[in-house]
Amino acid sequence: MFAYYLELALRSLKRSPGLTALMVLAIGFGVAASMTSWSVFRAVSGDPIPWKSSKLFVPQIDMWGPNGRSPDGEPPNAMDYTDAVALMRDHRAKRQSAMYQISPSIVPTDASKHPLNVSGHAVYGEFFPMLDVPFQYGRGWSSSDDANRAQVVVISSKLNQKLFGGVDSVGRIVNVEGRDYRVVGVLDHWNPQPRFYDVVNSGGFSTTDADVFLPFQTAIQADITNDGNTNCNAVPDEPGFVGLQHSPCAWIAFMAELDDAAAVTAYRAYLDGYAKDQQSAGRFRWAPNNRLRDVPAWLENQHVVPSDTKVSLLVALGLLLVCLVNTVGLLLAKFLRRSSEIGVRRALGAPRAAIYTQFLVEAGIVGAAGGVLGLLLTGAGVASVGWVLPRDIASLARIDVSLLVLTLLVAVVATMLAGLYPTYRASRVQPAWQLKSN
Amino acid sequence: MKLHPILAALRKHKAGTVLISLQIALTLAIVCNAIFIIGQRIERVNRPTGLNESNLLLVTQQWVGAPNADTADGVEKLDAMQREDLAALRNLPGVVSVTPTNSLPLLNSSWTGSVSHKPGAQLGGKDNTRTAYYFIGDQAMDTFGLKLVAGRAFTAGDVQHQGFRDQPPRPIAIITKALAQKLFPDGSAVGKVMYSDGSNAPTTIIGVVERMQTPATGSWGNDFAWYSTLIPTRLDANFARYAVRTRPGQLDSVMRAVTPLLYKVNPLRVLDDDSVKSFGEIRAKAYRADVGMAILMGVICLVLIAVTAAGIVGLTSFWVGQRHRQIGVRRALGARKIDILHYFQVENLLIAGIGVLLGIALAIGLNLWLMTRYEMTRLPVLYVLVGVLAMLVIGQAAVFVPARRASNVPPVSATRAA
Repeated sequence: MFAYYLELALRSLKRSPGLTALMVLAIGFGVAASMTSWSVFRAVSGDPIPWKSSKLFVPQIDMWGPNGRSPDGEPPNAMDYTDAVALMRDHRAKRQSAMYQISPSIVPTDASKHPLNVSGHAVYGEFFPMLDVPFQYGRGWSSSDDANRAQVVVISSKLNQKLFGGVDSVGRIVNVEGRDYRVVGVLDHWNPQPRFYDVVNSGGFSTTDADVFLPFQTAIQADITNDGNTNCNAVPDEPGFVGLQHSPCAWIAFMAELDDAAAVTAYRAYLDGYAKDQQSAGRFRWAPNNRLRDVPAWLENQHVVPSDTKVSLLVALGLLLVCLVNTVGLLLAKFLRRSSEIGVRRALGAPRAAIYTQFLVEAGIVGAAGGVLGLLLTGAGVASVGWVLPRDIASLARIDVSLLVLTLLVAVVATMLAGLYPTYRASRVQPAWQLKSN
Repeated sequence: MKLHPILAALRKHKAGTVLISLQIALTLAIVCNAIFIIGQRIERVNRPTGLNESNLLLVTQQWVGAPNADTADGVEKLDAMQREDLAALRNLPGVVSVTPTNSLPLLNSSWTGSVSHKPGAQLGGKDNTRTAYYFIGDQAMDTFGLKLVAGRAFTAGDVQHQGFRDQPPRPIAIITKALAQKLFPDGSAVGKVMYSDGSNAPTTIIGVVERMQTPATGSWGNDFAWYSTLIPTRLDANFARYAVRTRPGQLDSVMRAVTPLLYKVNPLRVLDDDSVKSFGEIRAKAYRADVGMAILMGVICLVLIAVTAAGIVGLTSFWVGQRHRQIGVRRALGARKIDILHYFQVENLLIAGIGVLLGIALAIGLNLWLMTRYEMTRLPVLYVLVGVLAMLVIGQAAVFVPARRASNVPPVSATRAA
């Protein structure tokens, strides 16, 4: 029976090619616009570390007081050196790391090559296991390396390719900002987007790779300065990088791993206790106003998904809605034009269900055709978002199997939904009246 | 023409009428807001920076193993290296002038602070005005192409140098007209005194420029987009930026010559693909998201209007086919072709009228909702009115072809079976 309906539908669609083409085009464009913006939205709103994001927390400490808060009472979104180091010393979470962005130069051992500039972070050794950072060779450094300010470095596979031709370079020496560091680990393609461990400095997304990681205190000692944002509520009393470390300027990101609700409660209490201690010591002249958010909440709070992306998705969904309303109207016209045919079928004994099936099959075919067109247009759309969107965002939008399946599914299901009312109307056609009027 | 028969006929086609009205309403709501977004973005992109943007390029470079900028000795060494670079760039054929600078408008790398009438004001306090600093040399006015409207420009003797993280006093400054009017609304700012970044040392304003945008293009910088302060100081750090003005037509040749020249001066430095940029590239990068959003909204508007117009053509054609016989009867009873044409046109006007009324409400509702969720401002009435007019015109244009076909139905078809 299905094959028969298929044939009927094709014949009917062929009878009015203009109207059919119109419906297919509308659905194709509507679905493609929605799917293209969906692919961008999906890419930027994704969870960068889904298996662990609810266990990773970003603490905020209010070291500036009421004058430094945002209008909604939020404390600064980064830490000053004093608090970051104190939190590291107290070590109350399972794992934690303070970090700051660096942009040092590297001198290749091959003297004929020009020096190059890399970006990365100064972090504590727990950073790597905490974020499940994958290693191609070697591993991160130990807490004693942190304490001893060891001259060690972790490099990306890309930098390893550039400097050492991609071989296992553990134990080799890299010259960073004029000093020698021993490679202890080489990362295995690690480029999480959004760059959740330091969204304040990356703005969420980054086209540059994280190429080097140095021990935090080693970098401080070597005067490798902060390359990220520095926000001050007052001019530092002392000049230079040391002055920055003694100042209340915010420039350090922090992340802590807390495995269960009890650990979160305990850490919250610890932060408040810390702020109270600072208050009684006279450093803070206000009550504790800390925050502790897990990674998804933190990304939301920092508006990592650009509002343009959300507005585009909304507008594209609006376009799809209009296309569907359009399809309802055209299907209605198309089906009711065949009232006499329906009347004959009904008079010959076809039940309403048969009429339903017949017309829903027809709607489904239109949807499938629209879906195929939509697939082609989505492909073109995703390929060309690079022309209109900022590179860091556009490069994340990808076509994969799930997007293709979703495109087809949305097209067919939406068109069949749009076909429901016209089909209902078609099934209500009175056979007697139709036969009489002919 | 009487409306009654049209209304009576529409009542027979409730579903179709509702669908077309709904489609017009949704289209109007989305198109109004989308065009408003496009308008806002175009306005943003067209803001003049105050610079003469042609024949201007920026060099960003970093020295390797440079002296420590936190020591007095290191600052002097870095300054000598910087002056060496500046001299070499000035001698390059095709170069008009060169200035060191920490940033440029639209570069999104800024040094912001605040200025106040009072000494020792707390940063972020209420009587402070936020500003973005440009630390530049004496050729900055010519290099940037700024227009001085009061006071004098910097001379070579005005220019100091300092370590990047030091905070020495800033005895003189040139500010933008916008900042001057904010600080001194009652008269000329030239010769007046302000205090920068909570300092106790006064800064005398020696000149005012017409306009110079701050480096930030993000929404956080909107409040002080025109409040720039120019300080005649070379910043000494392990990196430096140079703005270069070239003779007309020689931008490309100078851009190609910069990298080998600087490597010749001192090979121990980082210069990559991103190091030498024309101002055009800086502008394109800064506004890429805005231009992209405008293009995206434009494409969606076009598709929307096309789909809606096509929908009207399709459904009206169906109605014309359905009423073939009735039209024939009307023609046989003496209706002229033009009467039939008008019938469908008025019918469409009625449907579109309902649609746009609903659409106005939807457009305003959508705008209000976007305002609460995203950075949107109130939709001006003009946009809605133009949108309404456009939808009505599009409706009429779309209905014309099927309506004309209807008017061509011969009276004789009244006698034929449908």
